[in-house]
Amino acid sequence: MNKLDRTIEKAASNERIDFTEAFTLLNEAELLKLAELANKKRQRLNPEPVVTFVVDRNINYTNICISGCLFCAFYCPPGHADAYVISKKELKEKIEETLSLGGTQILLQGGLNPSLSLDYYIDLLKFIKDNFPVHIHGFSPPEIAFIAEKSSMSFEDTINKLIDAGLGSIPGGGAEILVDEIREKISPNKCSANEWIEVMEAAHKCGLRTTATMMFGHMEKPEHIIEHLMKIRNLQDNTGGFTAFIPWTFQPDNTRIKVEKTTSVEYLRVLAVSRLFLDNIQNIQASWVTQGDKIVQTALVFGANDLGSTMIEENVVAAAGVKFRLPKEEMIRLIREAGYKAAQRDCFYNIIKPH
Amino acid sequence: MIIMKYSFLDKSLYEIKDKVVSGERLGFVDGIALYKSNDLIGIGYLADYVRRKLHGKKAFYVYNQHLNFTNICLNRCLFCAFSRDDGEKDAFALSIDDVRSRLMERINEPVRELHVVGGLNSSLSFDYYIELLNTIKEVRPDSTIKAFTAVEIDYIARIGGLSIEKTIARLKKAGLEMIPGGGAEVMSNRVRKKLFPRKIDSNRWLEIMEALHSAGLTSNATMLYGHIETLDERVDHLMKLRELQDKTGGFAAFIPLAFHSQNTRLSHLPGTTAFDDLKNIALARLMLDNFSHIKAYWVMIGERLAQVALSFGADDLDGTIIEEKITHMAGAKSAKGLSRAQIEYLISSAGFTPVERDSFYGKIG
Ligand code: SF4
Ligand code: SF4
Repeated sequence: MNKLDRTIEKAASNERIDFTEAFTLLNEAELLKLAELANKKRQRLNPEPVVTFVVDRNINYTNICISGCLFCAFYCPPGHADAYVISKKELKEKIEETLSLGGTQILLQGGLNPSLSLDYYIDLLKFIKDNFPVHIHGFSPPEIAFIAEKSSMSFEDTINKLIDAGLGSIPGGGAEILVDEIREKISPNKCSANEWIEVMEAAHKCGLRTTATMMFGHMEKPEHIIEHLMKIRNLQDNTGGFTAFIPWTFQPDNTRIKVEKTTSVEYLRVLAVSRLFLDNIQNIQASWVTQGDKIVQTALVFGANDLGSTMIEENVVAAAGVKFRLPKEEMIRLIREAGYKAAQRDCFYNIIKPH
Repeated sequence: MIIMKYSFLDKSLYEIKDKVVSGERLGFVDGIALYKSNDLIGIGYLADYVRRKLHGKKAFYVYNQHLNFTNICLNRCLFCAFSRDDGEKDAFALSIDDVRSRLMERINEPVRELHVVGGLNSSLSFDYYIELLNTIKEVRPDSTIKAFTAVEIDYIARIGGLSIEKTIARLKKAGLEMIPGGGAEVMSNRVRKKLFPRKIDSNRWLEIMEALHSAGLTSNATMLYGHIETLDERVDHLMKLRELQDKTGGFAAFIPLAFHSQNTRLSHLPGTTAFDDLKNIALARLMLDNFSHIKAYWVMIGERLAQVALSFGADDLDGTIIEEKITHMAGAKSAKGLSRAQIEYLISSAGFTPVERDSFYGKIG
């Protein structure tokens, strides 16, 4: 038996696969074989034929950012004509609208804005919590690291202060590829791979659940993708704090990285390998914002059991020229047509409303 | 040898697998069972088995150009976003000179095939069609002319006052070499009455196809799905095509066409989903055992899903079309044209070998 066949057998018998095995699968396995293996794993971890989604809104509190990541079509340098920090009035309207549409949470993220201090974030969280019954999924690790550094505080102290002010969970953004060699090229001013992991470790220790993401399809090689998965899996072995993993593809339009856009087959292969490799993370989310309705429906047999958010607003990706929109009804339709039951969930993947 | 070790989630597919592996023809009930199954991976494995036996890892595409010479049409089918009445604001009919300049615009490109279709426009004469073909041949002597659906052939015969056979002979002499597969929609009188009452019926469509094949012309076949048709009607459609193919062997490829409702009088209908699109590709590969090629028409299902379809029975991605009109008028979200490099990248990054072909699936170069 060759290495590929041995690996396939190992994965099929539900054994944990290692770095080189994941590498072999990613590079060599047939597309349908990856689907078969990932789907089996999905059925072991999530035996119910249910596909979940969350109704929420992405609120970008500021687009001012000093990081200047090469792939980002969203940020503005300080002083730019389009630069903004959200007003309380606008924030209030956005949250009211979210709640009226049956939303349960907001995804609160922004740039690394040097004019905002810890007090700003605390005030922002308190304002939301004092006025609305809404879960706040906010501040990805680069933001936390930025706030901590500015206030000369540890990650844990920073996170605890934010929790006290109302932070409910942390999104796994800003991970891109957790390999510094790549981060130095595409996001040189953002937190390092280790810092990203350390923020997540601190968050899990403080009792927060978080997601993890991966953005691929820019300058990384296949081994970097596996290295990324390895770092996530190792931390999850220690803390168990990740609720879900969300791989998504880099959208090259309007950015300074000139590469061919990752194809759907490449996306589905990475998705399937993620499902197989991350045997300790319960949920895998398909990214309809980057993949569109047809590929996320297909992703349901490549290991995904969640379709993420009905996203009432998505500035960061929209700025890079992606126009996929998927209202709730459409999401339910495509889940059902694929033979699954659809259910709205909360941030912790508890089902709050079956459809 | 190709092995299929998959343990089917849908146990009813085992019976079908046995037939597929032993080369036994699938029947009506098998078709229905496949459509009703949600074991998408299993369906994919079955179709891929057949696809590999026929084509290995090859995936074909053609460097082509679309030419829609008029959108004025007497039929005004309910599902059509392309057609207009004469005199409507964006109605058009290209003069022979317009056609010539359209072709000249891209004369430096290595276009192998011209895909030429239009509405049934009462202001165009029999001679127009002949001249159209003559002109294309004159400007593009080395490209294949794939033109006029069976619906148009029927119409051209009527305005020329000629038999189908004579009409075909005249068109052939003027340069016609191949016939696109459109116009059959879904071969059901029930659907026809509701959606395309003025268009020729399925018997006539098959009759014309048979006449074309007897005259030595090759054609494609299509099925428009995702509107009001039933699964029974779909399977029935495939079986009718298979029957004619047994008789004539004149079909080159089958192309499932996903219905796009936007800007049509059926705009309340939602679009097809990926599961349905992939099943239609796979079903076609499995039911149409006497067709060599199954095309994933990326204009309709999007280039991203068409790429996936290569593992679900499709062996052809159609063309490097530029300026596709018919589906984009109905709101298709796919790109308007793909370059050769883009189409080859789609194929190779899916693990297949791109093969540029001519209209008859001969390899170029
Ligand atoms: S990706 Fe985030 S950190 Fe990077 S420039 Fe954009 S907003 Fe700033
Ligand atoms: S589908 Fe063809 S025959 Fe029907 S209205 Fe449109 S152009 Fe005319």
